[in-house]
Amino acid sequence: MGAMKLWLTADAPDSRWQAQAGQIYAISRSFARNPLAMLGAVIVGLLVLVAMFAPWLAPYSPTGQNLSMRLMPPSAENWLGTDELGRDILSRIIHGSRITLLIVVMVAVISAPLGLLIGAIAGYFGGWTDRVLMAVTDVFLSLPKLIMALAFVAALGAGLQNAIIAIAVTAWPAYARIARAETLTFRNSEFIAAVQLQGASNMRIIGLHVLPLCMSSTIIRVTLDMAGIILTAAGLGFLGLGAQPPLPEWGAMISRGRSFILDQWWVATMPGLAIIIISLGFCFLGDGLRDVLDPRQRDGR
Amino acid sequence: MNPALHVENLFVRYGRVDVVKGVSFSVAKGKSYALVGESGSGKSTILRAIVGMAPDWRGKTLIDGETQVAYGNLDFARHCQMVFQDPYASLHPRRTVDATLLEPLKIHGIGGGSAKVADMLEAVGLDRRFRYRFPHQLSGGQRQRVAIARALMLEPHLLLLDEPTSALDVSVQAEILNLLVRLRQERGLTYLLVTHSLPVVSFLCDRLGVLRQGGMVEQAGIEVLREGTFAKPYAQELYASSLGAGDRARQKSLPMAPETEKDV
Repeated sequence: MGAMKLWLTADAPDSRWQAQAGQIYAISRSFARNPLAMLGAVIVGLLVLVAMFAPWLAPYSPTGQNLSMRLMPPSAENWLGTDELGRDILSRIIHGSRITLLIVVMVAVISAPLGLLIGAIAGYFGGWTDRVLMAVTDVFLSLPKLIMALAFVAALGAGLQNAIIAIAVTAWPAYARIARAETLTFRNSEFIAAVQLQGASNMRIIGLHVLPLCMSSTIIRVTLDMAGIILTAAGLGFLGLGAQPPLPEWGAMISRGRSFILDQWWVATMPGLAIIIISLGFCFLGDGLRDVLDPRQRDGR
Repeated sequence: MNPALHVENLFVRYGRVDVVKGVSFSVAKGKSYALVGESGSGKSTILRAIVGMAPDWRGKTLIDGETQVAYGNLDFARHCQMVFQDPYASLHPRRTVDATLLEPLKIHGIGGGSAKVADMLEAVGLDRRFRYRFPHQLSGGQRQRVAIARALMLEPHLLLLDEPTSALDVSVQAEILNLLVRLRQERGLTYLLVTHSLPVVSFLCDRLGVLRQGGMVEQAGIEVLREGTFAKPYAQELYASSLGAGDRARQKSLPMAPETEKDV
């Protein structure tokens, strides 16, 4: 263990690989020192684990109805109670974590690279390219996210896939703005001029020199946005435009519980709690990443 | 033999103003030429025009007797590289020294990069423990060594130096200047230096051109600078202002003021 640590923190690493391992070690150490960030990481980690092992963790089937057990309060058998069709709410939440994770990951995978690329290209080339791309971005930014997602789903038809596409379409403009602003700060700096002088192509400069510098702020922003994405997905589900029954989507579950909210509070509250906890987890994680991902800040401490 | 760099009747325009007006000079192979002048005299702009970074220029720049349209041109990159003024801004903040030095080789598809980087670090006097460091873990002088190493990775003949020592403190300046002199001897480089410091010129260069408001005032050999025998009054003035108080007194052959009457 001691030798390992010495190797990782070596002042003069012998290879590129050791240097990178040392860097990752330094990042994870400063991350581990931040309790809220760790809490966020634990919550998100748990979400991933639960989603992976949902069929084994869930005590009952998420769709199996049992009308003799409908609307039972939380008890030893049904820890979080049952809904109006006698389905176990805990099992539904556990299976629902898969849908939530799928939405969050797919939206991030679609919208973050798209936004980054558009923003970096606009910032790097400037002039007309910038004006056209940013005009498009502004049009998307000027509409409220949920309303626009609603419009897209209405056009594409309800369903999980279309909900993901709709949310991704509404999420990228923010990343494009961030990437453009970041790019502008170093567009004319000498290290960019130096690679241009070496004969690098524009695509190479954007891909290898500009994008890595926009990366950390985008990762932070995406993580912080995860909460919003989950809420938008839940909102779509609540309005019946997201995942369709009997899929155990959390927003749709709240929507079903609305009719019983005064007498059988657990039906709507439990999936609501799940949404709150996961959203908080992503927020904490994003805040922690912000403190950690900048190597200049890391050495300051 | 063609000069390493020949600039003829160069005009550079920013907006509606000509900031460089009809400048001509040439630099012989293996020699160092300095462009000196006050801030705003257009000296850095001339460098930018040569590498094609100035937006609007006309005139003729020949490198090794050929016109080379610059910026982003692979061929040009192998002939001519530039060292920037500010070592804090000229290195990519998220790339290690190793990655920074490998990049030009990758762009040009040159193999054997790892050994070449190690050799180059040795040539510019950087210990190998700095190889995987980030720029923010290096001092100003070390960064400037990295910047010089990066410029030399493609083995260019002509190096453009844009005030390479002005952002460094005095003792580090001397180290970098010594390094530049040594590299020129070892590799037979040609330098075009931009500076406002005449001592740097007399240490590093063979010829100099004095610029004022975008025009060339006077070109002279280094012996003229050493003796202070410039022909044009502006060059004389610039020379006088670069001297210390003691030098100036001697220059005018005035008796040195007694120690006690010196201004405090």
